Amino acid sequence: MTSPLATLAAAPTLAAIGLGHFLVLSAVMFTLGLITAATRRSAVAILMGVELILNAAALNFVAFSHYSHGAITGQVFAVFVVVLAAAEATVALAIVLAVFRGFRTVDVADVNTLKG
Amino acid sequence: MPGVETFVFYGLAALIVAGAAGVAFSRNILHAAFLLLLTLSGTAGLYFFLGADFVGVAQILIYVGGILVLLLFAVLLTNRIGDVRMSNRNVGYATTIPVTLLVASFLVTAMALAAWPHTTPVAAPTTARLGDAFLREYLLPFELVSLVLLMALVGAMVVARRAVRDRGDADEGALPVAPASSSVGGAP
Repeated sequence: MTSPLATLAAAPTLAAIGLGHFLVLSAVMFTLGLITAATRRSAVAILMGVELILNAAALNFVAFSHYSHGAITGQVFAVFVVVLAAAEATVALAIVLAVFRGFRTVDVADVNTLKG
Repeated sequence: MPGVETFVFYGLAALIVAGAAGVAFSRNILHAAFLLLLTLSGTAGLYFFLGADFVGVAQILIYVGGILVLLLFAVLLTNRIGDVRMSNRNVGYATTIPVTLLVASFLVTAMALAAWPHTTPVAAPTTARLGDAFLREYLLPFELVSLVLLMALVGAMVVARRAVRDRGDADEGALPVAPASSSVGGAP
């Protein structure tokens, strides 16, 4: 049971999973979502980036909740984030479908008039 | 002995980062949508890891079961998958990468400088306490969120079938599909 992975994980800096681990992971997820939302041209892909950003925020909420004497408030806000993300995705995808019906494209660079 | 939680955390973190990187850099938008599944499932696993059982189940039911299916439907309905130019075209890495690196360095610096309290984590089922919090302390936001969901439902239906209703009112002819793309660039 002494695989290289085990010896790597036994290093003192990796041993204890703390709040900082979750914050760094959440920052990485947030940054990748930001890159997605900034570089994509398809409106659906931009929405995927927004979902990544929302997930990063919700993960932060739950991690803070877990590491603060078992307070429940962070989980309450995580549930709110998930519910509002669902509402946002529903309306945004309906708008995407309506835009596609008018413009025959979801490229946000080509959709440049209010009246399709 | 590093403990099983270390392996669980790093496994789920690798899943999340791999999925998110795929979403950010994949050449195919359909692959990006499927890779989002990795990230969302890994996040649900981390919620279970953190003892947030109800949030984890809600994540699986709403994100993986609802939002992701909705995104896949949107991709399949609106994208010409075979058309690479339409499917995915990245713009502006030269400006995006520095800006996002700046944001990331700001985030990491802020969380490294802040004095987080070192408390012992509590691992216990939280669904009952969550229900109490929703019906006592957070009753007003809870009801407002239900109202928001109802309005989103109605609004999504109204927006999605707007073109059909407009065509009936304006009497523009019997085209089975929306006006062609000739009207895209024709606006004054």
